[in-house]
Formats: sequence, structure tokens, C-alpha cells
Amino acid sequence: MKRVSFYALVWLVVLWCLAPFLWQIVTSLKTNAEIAALPVTYIPRHAGLEHYDALFTRKPFARYLLNSFVISGTSTILCVGLSALAAYAVSRLRMRGSRLMLAALVVISLFPPIIFFFPLYEMMRAAGLLNHPLALIIPYTTFNLPFSIIVLATFFRGVPRDIEDAAKVDGLGRLQILWRIILPLSTPALATTAILVFIFAWNEFLFALTFMTNDRAKTITAGIATLSGTTVHETPWGPIAAAVVVSTIPLILLVAIFQRRIVQGLIAGAAKG
Amino acid sequence: MAKVSLQHVYKIYRGEKGGDVTAVHDVNFEVADREFVVLVGPSGCGKSTTLRMVAGLEQISEGDIYIDELRVNDVAPKDRDIAMVFQNYALYPHMSVYDNLAFGLKLRKFPKAEIKKRVTDAAGILGIEKLLERKPRALSGGQRQRVAVGRAIVRRPKVFLFDEPLSNLDAKMRVQMRAEITKLHQRLQATMIYVTHDQVEAMTMGDRIVVMNNGVVQQIDTPLKLYNEPTNLFVAGFLGSPSMNFVNGTLKIDNGAIEFTELQGGAIKLRLEASEHFREFSGKPVLLGIRPEDIELAQFAATNERSTSSFPAIVDIVEPMGAETNLYLQTGAHTVVCRSQKALEHREAGRRFQFDINLEKAHLFDPATGARIV
Repeated sequence: MKRVSFYALVWLVVLWCLAPFLWQIVTSLKTNAEIAALPVTYIPRHAGLEHYDALFTRKPFARYLLNSFVISGTSTILCVGLSALAAYAVSRLRMRGSRLMLAALVVISLFPPIIFFFPLYEMMRAAGLLNHPLALIIPYTTFNLPFSIIVLATFFRGVPRDIEDAAKVDGLGRLQILWRIILPLSTPALATTAILVFIFAWNEFLFALTFMTNDRAKTITAGIATLSGTTVHETPWGPIAAAVVVSTIPLILLVAIFQRRIVQGLIAGAAKG
Repeated sequence: MAKVSLQHVYKIYRGEKGGDVTAVHDVNFEVADREFVVLVGPSGCGKSTTLRMVAGLEQISEGDIYIDELRVNDVAPKDRDIAMVFQNYALYPHMSVYDNLAFGLKLRKFPKAEIKKRVTDAAGILGIEKLLERKPRALSGGQRQRVAVGRAIVRRPKVFLFDEPLSNLDAKMRVQMRAEITKLHQRLQATMIYVTHDQVEAMTMGDRIVVMNNGVVQQIDTPLKLYNEPTNLFVAGFLGSPSMNFVNGTLKIDNGAIEFTELQGGAIKLRLEASEHFREFSGKPVLLGIRPEDIELAQFAATNERSTSSFPAIVDIVEPMGAETNLYLQTGAHTVVCRSQKALEHREAGRRFQFDINLEKAHLFDPATGARIV
């Protein structure tokens, strides 16, 4: 009995969290008339894919997706790569002021990105980078560096020092130790940071909307926002719902793939206990 | 194979405001070719730091370390031709046992066939042939330590370094691995330096033992020399279990003989043969050092009037060990441990017995310096 109520509770929570997304799926499958119809229907009477079709024919939606992939992917790789190097230095090399540096990183990450908005816009304009993927890649990477460094540095510290010493005796240099020993052992942390950075970049809206004015350069979030109905007064609920579904699916796949990596406790067996 | 030589080696950790800590102080010793030398001492005595300086994992603050004729102070660990076994095994968790063993050879660009041969040989020696495909996490502690030893063997280094390799194993496994490492040393005829805090490991494994305390070498000698002729109180007290008894007393010269009297009315009074050695200690406090096995119940002691001296004591605690018995004696001023060859039962506790001290095995120490007088 206890078990049943426990599972019921779990399912309730899951349903509560997923409800908005499920509603988007349902809406995206309905016809315009049915979306506006009262009373509300929970199961579409005439399910169809015309909204999805519209996305790709009336708007360069594939292009948005591609832009998002390029920008989020590059930001993720850059951010994880740079923060891995920095985190290793902070956690292992005996440097003056490495503690101060970590503290500074925490403070920096407390600033809301919005305060960098105008300076960044001016910088990107001066550099001629507006409408170029770099205009978003650079800020996305930078904003996520503090957090990634902190997460990775914490994890790197947990790798037993003896393993590194053994690697030194076996003949590895510093960078080789990072690449061949530390990083393989840190896949859970790497996967976690990578996912979070990717999601941040994928979902970021404000910079994407303003730095990318050209329709061909837009990312998916900005693209969804610029979907418009046939008149100013009509909000295109159907296409928006379809766009939300399409843009969320890659994230779900990504998390599902990396989830297994995160769960695998690779450190086990390295040392006693 | 090779010899290792440490000359006036220091390790000094520079503190922030001049608060330097000297972890290793003027260490000098030489490890001969094919010798098994054990560094032993309590934790924090600098033995591991010394070993890590030989390995190249710690900078040498002052002094020189030579492997054969080469000064290795500024040589990277990988170029010193040493292999090290760590206390925590330090296996690469993401690699199979085979890859763990082969890793060092692969980095040194050995041909595949040679790597395979060496790994198979080492696995055979250590009895881990069946584990080669496994990951370290699927191994028991003893198996992991075997792999760690194997990783050293395949390299065929000039010098093997062991840093408390058995400390993480359970007692039974430790005894077994101890014997295996000794056998391995005989088989490989390699130069080995072995660090441990366990005096039993030191005594049973080392050709010679370096006893360290507070960063300073106390004595370097063969196990039996150390046991029978410790240079100071520290070495005397560190080796042996139960450890040596120390009895406070004074010396008095009387009619050409030397008399030791236990302080505070204790029961122990000894007459020692006079020697010039003692003259300067006449009337001064000294410490009598006597090992538990050199005290025996008078009724069972080998009767040798000249070399034994007897005293009465109350038995506080009886610890039957089977073959022998540990007795905790109350002399009046000290508690003294006696390891009797006679099997006694617990109920003998509280009784008064006469005990004999084997004077030939007794030591006297200067309490001021800790040095052994005789």
C-alpha cells in the first residue's frame, strides 16, 4: 500500500512537471479552430502535422535549428575545454592566488548577464560580429566559464593524487595526464557541465534576439519569437507549439544520451573504498 | 640493476612568513645493488617524503640523490628508470588490468609483441592472468595491489619503490603479500626501497632498515643489529612488540660493581659488571631498557647466577597468547611487560612472583640524550 501511494505521488510530480510540455504537444497537433474552441479538448479531434509543415515552409526553421546547433555546440566545446584546463590548474598546480581566483569566479557568476548587454552589443557591432555566430558563442562561453570551472575543479580534486603520481612515473606529462587520466575519469562532471552549458546556450533568448537581426542568422528561440500570424492581432499558437516541441526534442535526446555517462561512477575501483 | 645513494638530502617546506618546516633532515644512506632497504618510522617522520624524492615526485630542497652514477635531482620521474607502487594502488580506473600493466610500456613505444610478453610474464608471476580483462573496480584489494606491483614489474626498472603498499590490506592479506614481495625480490634480484610504518614488515622484509623519526635518520642496520643494539631510545622502543620496557633508576658504583636501583622504591635492583663506561653516570639517573622476552618467571628462567638478576612483582594482567604469555607486572614504580615462555591462565593475575632479568640483554640509556650507554 505504501509502495502504491509512493509511486502515485511520483507520477503526480512527473505529470505536474511535464504538463506544460504535454499541452504544447497536444496544441501543436490541433487545427487552429480547435485550439480556439471552447470547451477545451485534451485529445485532438483531428490530429495533424500541418503546423510542423508550416514551420519549415513559411519560415527557415531548419536554418534556425542549424544555427542553434552550431552556436550551442561550439560554445559547449569551447567552454568545457577551457574550463577543464583552468580547473586543472586551479585544483592541482601550486599557484599563488588560486583560491582568490575561485572566489572571484563565484562573485563574477553572481552578476546578471543583462548588465553586460549594452557593452557587449557595442563591442560586437564595433567588431562587425553582429549576425555572426561568434557574437553569441563568445558571450555564451564566457558566461558559463565560472560555473564550469568551479564544478570541474571540485571534481578534479576528488581524483586521487596517487593516480597522477603513478602516471608521472609511467611517463606522462602534465597535459597528457589531464587528457589521458583526469578527463576520462571525470566524464560524469564533463557530461553534466556540457549539458548545462548546452541548455543555457540553446535556450538563451535576449542576446540571440538582439545580436542576430538577420533572419538567416537567428537561433531557434529568437526564431520562435518572430513567428507571426496572418494579422497583428492573431497569435499563431499552433506553429509556436510545434516550434517549441521541435526545439525541445534535441535537448531531451542530448540529456538521455549523456545521462548514462553521468550515472556511471567511473572513479570506483581507483583507490580503496 | 642499480644502486641508489642519498647524500645530505633535505626537504624543507617554505612557510609563508619564514615558518619553514624541515620534513627531511640531512638524510644519508646508500642502497646497494639488489638490496632490499626498508624505511620505517611513525607517520610524519619523513620516510614517504624521502621515497618520493627518490621517485622525483618531490623536489629535493638540498643535497643530492644518485641512481647509479647519475645525479637525478633534476631528472623527471619518467626518466629515472624507477617504478613505484602506491599505498592506494593508484590504478587507472578507466583501463583494464592489461592496459594498466601495459600503459608505461606503450608510452615508451615498446613493440606490441614485447608488451604482450612482459604483461603475460608479470601476470603469471603474480597469479593475475585471469583478471587481465577486468577493470580495477571489479578486483579485491589484494588483487588490485598485485596489479599495482605488476605495473612496476613489467617496466623492469633499475629501482623499485614501494610506498606503504600493504597498509590498505586486511591483516591476513598483508602477511601473504609480505611474503610474496620478499619472494619477488629474491626472484627479480632487483634493488628495492620500501616504506612502511609497520615494524613487523620492516623486520621481516628488509636486508637493511633505515629507522627515521622527525625527519632524521636514527639508525641504519640489519634487522637483528637494530633489534639487539639500538643506538637510542627511539629505535629501542620502536622495534619489537610488545615494545621494550624502560625503567627509571639511578646508577651507583659500589665496590667495583655497578648497581642500578629503580626509582621510587621500585623492586628492580641490578648489579652490573663494572666498566669505565659507567663512571660518568655514577649517581645520575639512567633508563634501563629490557625487552619483554628477557624477563622470565624466576622458576622457569635458565639458572645462570651470573647473568640474571631477580626481583619480585605482582602480576596485574595475564594475556595468554598460546605458546607464550604476556604478563603486565607491577614493580612498585613501573608497569613492566614480561613475555614468559610459560603458559599461564588469567586466574594467576594478582599473585606475586619472582622474576629474573637476563642482564646480558639489558640496555642502559642516558635519559638526557636518549643515547644508549651500553
